[in-house]
Amino acid sequence: MSTDRRAFLTLAGGCALALAGRAARQALAAPQSSPAQSRRWAMVIDAQKCLQQEGCRKCVQACHQAHNVPAPAEPRHEVKWIWKEAFEHAFPSEAGEHLRESLRGNPVLVFCNHCDQPPCVRVCPTQATWKRAEDGLVMMDWHRCIGCRYCVAACPYGSRSFNWVDPRPHLASLNAEYPTRTKGVVEKCTFCEERLEQGRPPACVEACPKKALVFGDLRDPASEVRRLLRARYTLRRKPELGTQPQIYYIV
Amino acid sequence: MFMFEKAVVGSRRYWSWLGALAAVIALGAACYWRQFEYGLGITGLSRDVTWGLYIAQFTFLVGVAASAVMVVLPYYLHNAKAFGKITILGEFLAISAVTMCMLFIFVDMGQPTRVLNVMLYPTPNSIMFWDMVSLGGYLILNALIALVSLSAERKGVAPPGWIKPVILLSIPWAVSIHTVTAFLYSGLPGRSFWLTAILAPRFLASAFASGPALLILLCMIIRRLSSFDAGREAIQKLALIVTYAMIINVFFFLMEVFTAFYSGIPEHKEHFLYLFAGLEGHARLVPWMWTSILLAAVSLLLLIVPRYRHNERVLAAACLTVFFSLWIDKGLGLIVGGFVPTPLGTVAEYWPTPPEIAITAAIWAVGFLMLTVFYKIALSVRESLAAAYQEG
Amino acid sequence: MRDQPIIFAGLALFLGLITFPFWFNLARGQTARGPDIQRPGAQLQCAAPTDYMRTSHMELLIQWRDQVVRRNLRRVTAFNGKVFTASLTNTCLAQCHTNKAQFCDRCHNYSGVGTPYCWDCHNEPRAARASLAPAFTDLGSQP
Repeated sequence: MSTDRRAFLTLAGGCALALAGRAARQALAAPQSSPAQSRRWAMVIDAQKCLQQEGCRKCVQACHQAHNVPAPAEPRHEVKWIWKEAFEHAFPSEAGEHLRESLRGNPVLVFCNHCDQPPCVRVCPTQATWKRAEDGLVMMDWHRCIGCRYCVAACPYGSRSFNWVDPRPHLASLNAEYPTRTKGVVEKCTFCEERLEQGRPPACVEACPKKALVFGDLRDPASEVRRLLRARYTLRRKPELGTQPQIYYIV
Repeated sequence: MFMFEKAVVGSRRYWSWLGALAAVIALGAACYWRQFEYGLGITGLSRDVTWGLYIAQFTFLVGVAASAVMVVLPYYLHNAKAFGKITILGEFLAISAVTMCMLFIFVDMGQPTRVLNVMLYPTPNSIMFWDMVSLGGYLILNALIALVSLSAERKGVAPPGWIKPVILLSIPWAVSIHTVTAFLYSGLPGRSFWLTAILAPRFLASAFASGPALLILLCMIIRRLSSFDAGREAIQKLALIVTYAMIINVFFFLMEVFTAFYSGIPEHKEHFLYLFAGLEGHARLVPWMWTSILLAAVSLLLLIVPRYRHNERVLAAACLTVFFSLWIDKGLGLIVGGFVPTPLGTVAEYWPTPPEIAITAAIWAVGFLMLTVFYKIALSVRESLAAAYQEG
Repeated sequence: MRDQPIIFAGLALFLGLITFPFWFNLARGQTARGPDIQRPGAQLQCAAPTDYMRTSHMELLIQWRDQVVRRNLRRVTAFNGKVFTASLTNTCLAQCHTNKAQFCDRCHNYSGVGTPYCWDCHNEPRAARASLAPAFTDLGSQP
C-alpha cells in the first residue's frame, strides 16, 4: 500500500491512544479490592509507670530477641526497634528549666509511631514500606527494600535503623521462627504484626512488668486505649509536623 | 557512528592521563567490591548520619550536569553566537556528570542488585522516583543531542531540524533535574535544615556558578592541550554568568542565616551552629565550612572586579575557588548539616573512611575519563575538519 | 611456515581450555550423575504437583510471599484444596521439607543456583539446626 508518513503517524498515534484508553478504563473499572479500614492500632504508654522500675529493659529485650534484632560491635552501626530515650530528646519542645522533676532527664520508651500520615511511606521509591489499609500499621517488606535510606532521612523520630553490616554474626540468640534481615535493608518496629495475626499482643506489651504499655484499637470505643485517651491528657511526639503519630504518652 | 576511533589515537600525555585515571578507578573498584561483600558499614556512615560523601557528591554533580543549560539557553534562545563552539563541551560535561551522579547513587545503595525495583514498582509519590526519571531522561537527551550535533558537524552539514525541539526541551529539563534533587531534601518534615523553600533556588544558583566555572577551566585546559580555542568572548560571557550566579547563591545563603538566627528557633539555628561553630564539643566540619566561606568571599572579589575577571589567569583562580567553595558547601556541608543534630537533638559526627574516599575518587575518575574521551573525539573531529578546510 | 610451532602451541592451548570442564571433573572424580536428594515422605500432602515444584517452586514461593507480606493473606490454598499457613521456615521447612541440606541444598548446588539469598534472612526450623547459643530465653516464638 502506498501511504505517506503523516498518514502513518496519525494512524499509529490513534491506535496508541485507543490502547491506552482501553487500559485506563480497565484499571478504573476494576473494583478496588483494598480492604476497608476496620482497625487503627495504637499504643498508650504510661511514662510514670515505666519509671517505677528503674533500669528495666524487659520490653527492649523481648522485642529484640523475638525479632532477631542484631547488636553490631560498632556503636555507629546500632540497630534498635525500641529503646529508652531521655525525655528532652523524645519531646524537644517540652524541654526547659522548669520541666517537672519526675520527667527531667528520665527515659521514655520510643519506637516507630506508626503514623497516620507517615513521611517515610511518602518517600519510599519502591513501596518497600507502606501503610496497611486495614489497620494502619506502617509495614516493611525486606524483599523489596533497596537500602536507599530515604525513609531514614524522612522519619522525624529517628525510628528506623539501617543494617550497615550483616546482622547474623551479631545475634546473641536466634529466634528461628522469625527471619533475620540481611545487610543493606532498613528495619523498624512492626507492631509485632506476626503476633497480631495470632491474636497476641506485641512482645513489648506482654513483657512489661508494670503494664505501662497499652495496645489497642482506636476504632473500638470500648478499647482500653480509647478509655485512657478519654481519661488522661496525652502527649505525642512532634505533632506539629502533621504525621499523626499513634503512640500516646501519659506523662 | 560514535567516532570512538578518534579516542584511541593520542599522545603520550593523553595515554598517561588515561592510565592514571584507570589506576584510580581500579583501586576504587576493589574498595567497592569489599563494600559489596561487607556492607555499607565500611563507610563512616552511622545510624544518625545515613547519607554522607556519596550522596554529597551526587547532589553537587547534579548541579554541574544542569549547568550545561547555561551555554545552551543563551545560544539557542538568544542567539549568543559566542557559545556556538562550546555547546558540545557543555553537553559532554552534562553526560559525564549525570553518569557520575548515577554511579554515586548506585554505590550508596544497600541492596544495589535490587535497583531496578524503582522502575518495576513505580511510585509517583516518591521524589526519588522522579529523580531517577529526570536524570535518566536528561542523560538520554544530552547523549542524543551531542551525538547528532557532532555527527552533523563532522559531515559538514547542519544538524537535522528535529533536534532543535529536543535541544529546547533540554533547557527546562536541566532546571527540573536540579529542582527535583532539591525536592528530595526540602520536603522532609523531620529535617529542619533542609525544610526551606529556598533550597531549590539555592541549588540552581550554586549549580549555575559551579558548572560554568568548571567549563571555563576545561576550556582553558583544552586551549593549552589542543588547537581549540573557545574564544575570549565565550569565556568572558561564561565568567559573567558565574559571577551573577555566585552573587545570588551567597545572597540566598545569607537569607537562610538571617531566618535561622533572627527567629531564634533552636531547631533551625542548631544546624548552622554545628557547621560553623561546633555543637556540644563536636566541630569537625567547622574548618571546612569557614574555608568554604573564605573561598566564596575571595571568588566574589575576583569575579566582581572587572579588571580581575578580564584577566584570564585571575579568572582561572576565581573559578577554582568558586568550584571548591561550592563543593564543600553543597556537598558535605548541606548533607551532613541536615543530619546533625538529629531529630532527637543529639549530635553524632560523620567523617568518611579511606575506602569511602577511594570509591568516591574512582567515580570522579570515571567522570574525568568519560570527559577526556568525549572531548578528544569532539576536538579531533574539529581538528580534522579544520585541516581539511586548510587543504581544501 | 616458521610460525608453525606457535600456531600448534596456540591450538593445543585452545583445545586444553575448551575441554577444561571435562578433564577437570574427571580428575576430581565428579560425574554427571544427578544430585542425590532425599525426597520428603510420600505420605505428606504436597503444595503442588511434583513436576510443577521441580520447575517452578520459586514462582509459588514468590506468589505466596507477596500474598503474605504485602496483602496479609497468610492462609494460602494449594492445588489440592489444602490450606496452609504460609511460612517458609515454619510451614514449608517444618512440615514437609525438613531436610534442607539433603534436599534443597543438594539440588541447588548441583544445578549451580548456589545459595539462594532467601537463606540470608529465613532460618531453618529450630529442630533441624544446631543451635547458635546453648540456651536463651524464648520470648517471642510461636507456642
